[in-house]
Amino acid sequence: MAVLTSKVVSVLGNDISTDVIYPGRFMATVLPSETPQYAFADNLELNARLKIKEIAPGGAIVAGTNFGCGSSREQAASTLKGYELVIVAKGFARIFLQNAINLGLKTVVCPDIEASEGNELQITADRIINNTSGKSFPTVPLPKARQAIIDAGGLVEYTRKRLLKKTGKG
Amino acid sequence: MGMTIVEKILARAANQPSVKVGDVLEPKVDLAMSHENAALVLNQFQEIYKGTGLEVNVWDPSRIAIIFDHRVPAESAKTASNQKKVREFVGKQGITKFHDIRGDEGGICHQILPENGYVRPGYVVIGTDSHTTSHGALGAFAFGIGATEMASVWTLGTVLNVEVPATIKVNINGKFPKHVYPKDLILHLIGRLTSEGANFKVIEYHGDTIRGMSTSGRLVLSNMSVEAGATAGIVPPDEETVRYLRQEAGVKDSLELVKPDADASYDQVVEVDASQLSPQVACPHTVDNVKPVSSVKNVKVNQVVIGSCTNGRLDDLEVASKILKGRKVARGVRMLVFPASWRIYKEAMVNGYLSDLIDAGAVIMNPNCGCCLGVHQGALGDGDIAISTTNRNFKGRMGNPNSEVYLSSSAVAAASALTGVITDPREGDN
Repeated sequence: MAVLTSKVVSVLGNDISTDVIYPGRFMATVLPSETPQYAFADNLELNARLKIKEIAPGGAIVAGTNFGCGSSREQAASTLKGYELVIVAKGFARIFLQNAINLGLKTVVCPDIEASEGNELQITADRIINNTSGKSFPTVPLPKARQAIIDAGGLVEYTRKRLLKKTGKG
Repeated sequence: MGMTIVEKILARAANQPSVKVGDVLEPKVDLAMSHENAALVLNQFQEIYKGTGLEVNVWDPSRIAIIFDHRVPAESAKTASNQKKVREFVGKQGITKFHDIRGDEGGICHQILPENGYVRPGYVVIGTDSHTTSHGALGAFAFGIGATEMASVWTLGTVLNVEVPATIKVNINGKFPKHVYPKDLILHLIGRLTSEGANFKVIEYHGDTIRGMSTSGRLVLSNMSVEAGATAGIVPPDEETVRYLRQEAGVKDSLELVKPDADASYDQVVEVDASQLSPQVACPHTVDNVKPVSSVKNVKVNQVVIGSCTNGRLDDLEVASKILKGRKVARGVRMLVFPASWRIYKEAMVNGYLSDLIDAGAVIMNPNCGCCLGVHQGALGDGDIAISTTNRNFKGRMGNPNSEVYLSSSAVAAASALTGVITDPREGDN
């Protein structure tokens, strides 16, 4: 992975559920092109900063453990992907993490991360360096099987390749 | 070294003699379930085929189930239009396990699948719903996935890149005291494991308490296993599984009861003495914030919800109706009842449970999920508090971030409806 520099745009706690990331009452909206407007809809300040583009693409949300717990709703990943955010968390809930990988939302597992809003993070293949504090934190690499989906550009592309191979057209 | 039940199921589905934790497999799918979010699956499915020049067809229409339950009848033109798209697709593809909004066959997906015999022991069942874990109650390896992953399954018939998960063995022995139910057991367990204690792992349920438990109760445990983060919650199949499938689901063909090996290797073993349990509640805003109901004092409730895929079965409605029969729901409390399926609705009607609940002041809703996740009906007002037999209490869950949800058994919810405050059902003459 190339080195990525990302500014921390928000710091959240543990157990940030999919109901917080993308409240259920907006679930009738399904298309990835339409979901970003409801990102963190009940956090009016964060939602507004995203919508008015005060938060630039590539910004990092730093969270605690079990980020994305709860529902399998893919809107929770597509809504964040719409803003090209980077999610750095101490840990992710399983379904959310898989959805993020499938849609190409950037996620980094960093169990010891310490960062505040406004800090600049340098994300390398195996660690995050907080340029503001000068501290460095190891990251947990994604399993190879998941990396293959990311390398293909997401699960739609990955499956399309498999389909073409299966039908003798690839 | 022996295998756990999920290792055995995955080995068969991936055509391997044996598998171990961490192996990456591509198991064949026996049943692929979606609800209204089939509209998003369909969108992603069509994306996969884009530019291939291939005809857009699912791998096997007989292995796909689609149940409309999240927003029925449609709450908006948007939902109605998405349901319409799915209906047309279902017809075109010849998907027969389709349950529309109908009194003769509709209901909530996690009840419709078991009661129609769609789930069998040893199956790999996936669903675009996190509570797909429910179907582990019948000895299947059942887990939730997202819509794009389902689109991939509709295309290939396999789940890509499944890592064999580690398994936590939970041994539960002893007899439940009065007014302690499977819901109290699972809330207790989630409190102990924490909301991420089983993340990426499977929970396998064992012990006398499980062997003596009905499939209805086992569905509660498997349903809520995901609230400890578990990929799946599975009960090794036994006589009760066969009884349920034969007698209640009308399954006639032969059943293969896949069971774990005695020398299987577990990540962790947890012991629970069911005889020591008391009624539990999960307090706002996480499911692992679990306390004995006796320690939750003076919490006034505005809404009581009984039902859902977690506790909307006949036994849950029976418990509630017995507590409420001949009494009244406290003034100022709205009580909503959501049977898990229309079959259960009718049985509860025939048994008189529904009329007892109505006479007490409860409102019987059509079977659907809407209220639980704040998408349709029963939203909470600012400052409202609900006690609910559903499975989640996250901030904003019932449609309002300025409200609170407590989770409990049907008995605690019914006893609380009478008093208007969260109440231990063992108090009074319940």
